[in-house]
Amino acid sequence: MITETRHVDPLAEAIADAEGVPEAFAQAFEAAQPARQNRDLVLICYSGDLEKTWASLILATTAAASGINTKIFLTFWGLQTFVKDSKRITGQNAMQKMLALMQRPGISHRKLSKMNFLGMGPWMMGVLAKEHGVASPKELLEAAQALGVEFMPCQMTMDMFGLTKADMIDGLGEPVGAATVIELLNNGAASLFI
Amino acid sequence: MTLFQIASRVDARGLSCPMPIVKTAQAAKLAAPGDLIEVLATDPGSTKDFVAWCRTTGHELVNQDLDLATGTYCYVIRRK
Repeated sequence: MITETRHVDPLAEAIADAEGVPEAFAQAFEAAQPARQNRDLVLICYSGDLEKTWASLILATTAAASGINTKIFLTFWGLQTFVKDSKRITGQNAMQKMLALMQRPGISHRKLSKMNFLGMGPWMMGVLAKEHGVASPKELLEAAQALGVEFMPCQMTMDMFGLTKADMIDGLGEPVGAATVIELLNNGAASLFI
Repeated sequence: MTLFQIASRVDARGLSCPMPIVKTAQAAKLAAPGDLIEVLATDPGSTKDFVAWCRTTGHELVNQDLDLATGTYCYVIRRK
């Protein structure tokens, strides 16, 4: 009588049993992961200085180009940057007009916070930027708008400086208040105060 | 040497940060998923930036090269 002897390789059997399991597990694991979600970016553009405006716009365009939902809150001197270049005097009363006269609004008329030297500083910055292929704030603003960066003017600053919607560049959103920004931050947006 | 079927090209030579990325993002917006985009740049900072940008956006950096003679970086990116 011949007895059939079956050699059992426990390891091979375990592998055979597990066939398809790692793949199925990996798929299930992947499906269970929430899709990678970028945090929103909120830039609080407070300063009207040339160098800070420049930095804000570089970061905003890059974030938007990276697929991040980017919003810029324009407040105090940061709001004056986004008045039309063609506007010279803004405001309703003498004091508001005087302020506009002292500091010309518009993105092309920003001053450096240090070493402005009656416009010599910004002029030299402009020359150096052109030499090194650095986009001007105005070009970056156009890129930001094309990439869908949302600009939120501060209602309180509009009122304080006597600015009207007609004074502002095209493509800005509706004026909002601090609570709108706080809500975005509270919902987990990354933020920068520049 | 690998030959790539390039769908669109971005010439960012001579441009500084962030314009190479901004221009590439605009090209990616117009491209179809899976399309290869070739980017030429001369900004040395772009080597790190394109890697980071691809990680953030999910596009794939397929290839990167440097032409030492002209100092031109060449990136091939597959649109997500």
